[in-house]
Amino acid sequence: MSFIWSLVIFSGLVALVLLGVEGAKLEGLFGIWLPYAAVGIFVGGLIARVVNWGRSPVPFRIPTTCGQQKSLPFIRHARLDNPATGLGAAARVALEVLTFRSLFRNTKAQLTQDRRLVYGSEKYLWAGALAFHWAFLVILVRHYRFFAEPVPVVIGWIQGLDGFFEVGLPVIYATDVVILAALGYLLGRRLADARLRYFSMAADYFPLFLLLGVAGSGVLLRYVWKTDITRVKELAVGLASFRPVLPEGLGAMFYVHLFLVCALLAYFPFSKLTHMAGVFLSPTRNLANSNRARRHINPWNPPIVGHTYAEWEEEFRDKIKAAGIPLDRE
Amino acid sequence: MYDGGKILAGIAIFLGLVLLPVWHNAVVASAPRPEVKTPTHEKHCVDSAAVMRASHMNVLDQWRDAVVREGVRTTVTPTGMTVSMSLTKTCMNCHANKKEFCDACHNYLAVSPTCWECHVEPKGSSS
Ligand code: HEC
Ligand code: HEC
Ligand code: HEC
Ligand code: HEM
Repeated sequence: MSFIWSLVIFSGLVALVLLGVEGAKLEGLFGIWLPYAAVGIFVGGLIARVVNWGRSPVPFRIPTTCGQQKSLPFIRHARLDNPATGLGAAARVALEVLTFRSLFRNTKAQLTQDRRLVYGSEKYLWAGALAFHWAFLVILVRHYRFFAEPVPVVIGWIQGLDGFFEVGLPVIYATDVVILAALGYLLGRRLADARLRYFSMAADYFPLFLLLGVAGSGVLLRYVWKTDITRVKELAVGLASFRPVLPEGLGAMFYVHLFLVCALLAYFPFSKLTHMAGVFLSPTRNLANSNRARRHINPWNPPIVGHTYAEWEEEFRDKIKAAGIPLDRE
Repeated sequence: MYDGGKILAGIAIFLGLVLLPVWHNAVVASAPRPEVKTPTHEKHCVDSAAVMRASHMNVLDQWRDAVVREGVRTTVTPTGMTVSMSLTKTCMNCHANKKEFCDACHNYLAVSPTCWECHVEPKGSSS
């Protein structure tokens, strides 16, 4: 059901932009106003979420990560898994973000024939996720050629590497193949396994559809229903420099691509995709284990009102004296 | 413990990266789209101008495959001309100035076709 609903909503979005551009001729809305609105929601929404997270205090370091903490000199310290310094923690976050280290430890539970529960290593999810994210990043960086003239030289190098195999004309980019294959796997994975299907929700399928839609329409735009890219660049540069112009004849396929990108951006801060910002704030990754080396004070502890012996003696002085017990201060 | 400083630094980096095109265009204004000069002694290209702008590489691809793989060397274009399917002899005969025509567009989008490593680039200067 959740699969069908996400598909229906996704198809509705595509139908909306096709009707809007082909039928109602609302190119100005889809080419200028929606992109601005979507970027605004994306940036504002993500900042709001991060500020909200930043407002919750973190009283203590969470030491329950794999790896030996820094201890006596003859016990080997796991510097990356259980760092004792901020620099070490930064390295741990960087490795997590760039190589998905915790996903690498993913396991799969299975019942053997004699009904024993065994756990095995499961690396496909890690490989698929890593392939998708890196391809996505390279594609985003390559798109920078639409936003600046002259185009920075690095972009040219990346394009050259990406089109290294020089198959077809326009040259087929390796990342285009990788991103579609990886997204296909990530979607198929949820559909093929009954257990995964059971706990996959619309919020899991919908982002996958959006991403497949964006990548798929981009690929169609490059290899099949082509558009005049010099005019796309005119539009993109106009948007980025706040002097929007609306070139003629960009074609429906381009507007489908752009609108799906806008939908993705606007949906981002409200969805699980926010993990892009959240991963940097994972307490088990970004906090150095300095619990024993430094004193951490819980910010919401009430101020401790002490009552010393001297004060107590002062309070009950008469009674103590009357009982004949000796006093510290006569 | 609150990490206000680090959160703000993170947000600053995020804004710097996500809005990079905006900062870039604010510092160095991008050059406008190049208007290429098309031949005046001919009325039509090998297809309509709109198709050529978007899909000229597909035309070249078809031509190349027809010549190199099938040995067919001439074709009748959708605009009704009978031409020899050749990059140098046909395209560059009408669009003789590669620098001001092909390259003007391609530099604008950092496209660098490898064709000229083997194919001869005309020395002419008329557009
Ligand atoms: C209106 C601007 C324009 C003109 C004029 C132009 N091109 Fe292009 N050309 C482009 C764009 C834009 C691309 C990139 C398309 C893409 O990336 O999808 C391109 C791509 C190509 C490609 C494919 C390159 C690749 O690596 O994908 C070839 C080959 C090509 N052009 C040949 C030519 C030749 C030869 C001429 C001159 C006769 C020419 N073009 C004139 C805009 C132009
Ligand atoms: C018979 C001469 C002739 C030949 C051969 C020719 N062109 Fe053209 N080309 C023209 C003319 C004339 C125009 C302008 C058409 C118009 O404005 O309607 C043009 C326009 C173009 C444009 C669009 C430029 C723009 O920005 O409007 C491109 C790209 C192009 N040609 C590429 C090619 C390529 C690639 C080939 C070889 C496959 C080729 N041409 C062969 C005459 C020719
Ligand atoms: C490795 C060298 C090489 C490269 C690079 C190359 N070609 Fe060719 N091309 C050839 C050879 C060799 C022929 C055959 C020439 C003949 O039989 O007349 C040919 C033939 C062609 C033909 C038909 C014949 C003619 O006279 O033009 C076209 C069209 C063509 N190539 C287009 C392209 C395009 C477009 C590119 C760039 C994307 C390109 N070629 C890159 C070597 C190359
Ligand atoms: C989330 C952001 C985006 C993603 C994931 C994405 C993805 C893609 C992909 C996979 C392609 C196929 C070709 C390639 O890899 O270069 C593509 C092409 C394209 N995209 Fe995007 N895109 C995004 C944003 C945009 C934006 C904002 C624009 C508007 C300027 C745009 C305009 C285009 C155009 C014009 C093409 C055709 C390129 C060509 O023919 O070379 N894209 N996109």
